[in-house]
Amino acid sequence: MLSYLLFTLTIGGIYAMLALSLNLIWGGVGMVNLGLAGFFAVGAYATAIVTGAGAPVIVGLGSALLAGVIVGLLVTYGTLRLRGDYLAIVTLGLAEVIRLIALNERWLTHGADGMSGIVAPLRSMVGSQAFNLGYLVFVSTVVILLWLLLRRLDHSPFGRAIKAVREDQELAAFAGKPVLRLKLQTFAVSAAVASLAGALYSHFQSYISPDHFQPLITIYIFLAVSAGGVGRPAGAVIGAYAVVAFLEGTRFVAELLPGVDPLQAAALREMLVGAALLLVLHLRPQGLLPERIQPARKT
Amino acid sequence: MLVNLAQNLLNGLMTGMLIAIPAIGFSAIYAVLRYPNFAIAAYATIGAFAGWWLNSTFGLGIVWIILIAFCVSGVVGVAAEQVTLARLRPAGVLTVAIASIALNLMLENAVRFLFGNDLRGFDLAIQPDWRILALRIGPQQVQNMLLSLAIMAAVFLFLRYSPFGKAMRAVADNSDLARLKGINPTRIAVATIFMGAGLAGVGGVLLGLDTSIDPMTGARILLSIFAAAVLGGLGSIPGAVVGALLIGMAEEVSLLAFPATYKTAIGFVAILLILTLRPRGLLGERAL
Repeated sequence: MLSYLLFTLTIGGIYAMLALSLNLIWGGVGMVNLGLAGFFAVGAYATAIVTGAGAPVIVGLGSALLAGVIVGLLVTYGTLRLRGDYLAIVTLGLAEVIRLIALNERWLTHGADGMSGIVAPLRSMVGSQAFNLGYLVFVSTVVILLWLLLRRLDHSPFGRAIKAVREDQELAAFAGKPVLRLKLQTFAVSAAVASLAGALYSHFQSYISPDHFQPLITIYIFLAVSAGGVGRPAGAVIGAYAVVAFLEGTRFVAELLPGVDPLQAAALREMLVGAALLLVLHLRPQGLLPERIQPARKT
Repeated sequence: MLVNLAQNLLNGLMTGMLIAIPAIGFSAIYAVLRYPNFAIAAYATIGAFAGWWLNSTFGLGIVWIILIAFCVSGVVGVAAEQVTLARLRPAGVLTVAIASIALNLMLENAVRFLFGNDLRGFDLAIQPDWRILALRIGPQQVQNMLLSLAIMAAVFLFLRYSPFGKAMRAVADNSDLARLKGINPTRIAVATIFMGAGLAGVGGVLLGLDTSIDPMTGARILLSIFAAAVLGGLGSIPGAVVGALLIGMAEEVSLLAFPATYKTAIGFVAILLILTLRPRGLLGERAL
């Protein structure tokens, strides 16, 4: 029971990082990244491959960040200047292509078998129970640091500038804001955060395969961010933990239903996720913690 | 070599004709309601299952199957749109698009709940391929192509001559002006969704006739549909047809150089290329 709780809370932390990543791009410049699961996978595979070749974990994490940024910029450079719905379509395709590469480039990713034996730092020294506890503390610390950082970003001139782009990019451009550069920078940071989440997942699980990066994860994170409150980092974090609790809770409930086989139970759970997202968008679009808009300074 | 190329181009033409029908549906919805509807995947799956159920239970003929599947998907589409998406339109394009993803997840899993994950095929007589010169072609594929052509012709006639079709084009062109002229936007929205979701459903049936179906049928062709619509220009219906034919042929020709598993990546590459070089697509309007 304890190890289940530790596991769930760690996954919650990793989802919280993904939610912070989505919140930055969605709540910031007002564009959506439907390829979140893809960036998650890029980070996870990058560190697995690099540390698998013998590099220390810290280098693995660094290369995950770098890989996320590079993939993000490569793919979005041409589309960030277009309307947001184009970026949505491109990023959706990106996640699919990344999954195809993970499935088919066996020399790099071991295909559908997945990569096992990914370094779990210190586990052999301290035992798995202590490792799980330590890793939870580590992931939670990273989440808190990221949250503080992104909250600070919100109140910085950069944060105000990207929200100006979100509200009206023509006006922002007219006011002298470098719209395209702001979008690229925000997307790069957002991609880096999602990749970091993937890297931490990789070292926690010690095993990854293409099945771990289903597009469904992206929908979970959208639910987390919209339930928590788009544009509010604290909301994204709380939303992510709430979604993990919701997913685990429905797992138990679905098993109790009479006359429903496991496949049907899984289908019902996914329907509930979709219904929850629709309900949030209808009933409380501002989320649990609405965005705080700073009042303009009096002149 | 040349024969291979010709064979793949021919296969691609037939794939393209299949993708064209749901791509028209997606583009029509985009043209009138201005949002990318991700639930088009679920509508295709629902049409495919409706068609399969009619075929395996009552042994209905193909024309009836297509007509009923069109109506089933259309009705499901209108009901889903009115309940889940219509009220979100004032909140903006991205909100509706995200809601349509949630809707897609719900519908796809409703199909999975009812029918399970097994592959299902239509009950059709198996016919040997015809050989013309050195090329192979299946009678079923020819029939699908003719059906697809007939459906496209019907859609074009509807949009060109019927009052509803004219009103749809008016709204797509300039919704404010259309409203001033007394066109009721809600009625046009409902008619467009019915047509768009219905066409997606027909696309699902045609796909099912060609191969087999499962709850992921629609999701698997979603990227090709998007690629067709973006390539032709989002919101342009002739563009969707041209885009679908090009994507279909590109996917099949890619088989000569790349493993079949990367076929769906072609759509993504096409989207990236066209958005970088000519964002409004081949026949579309501006995209900034």
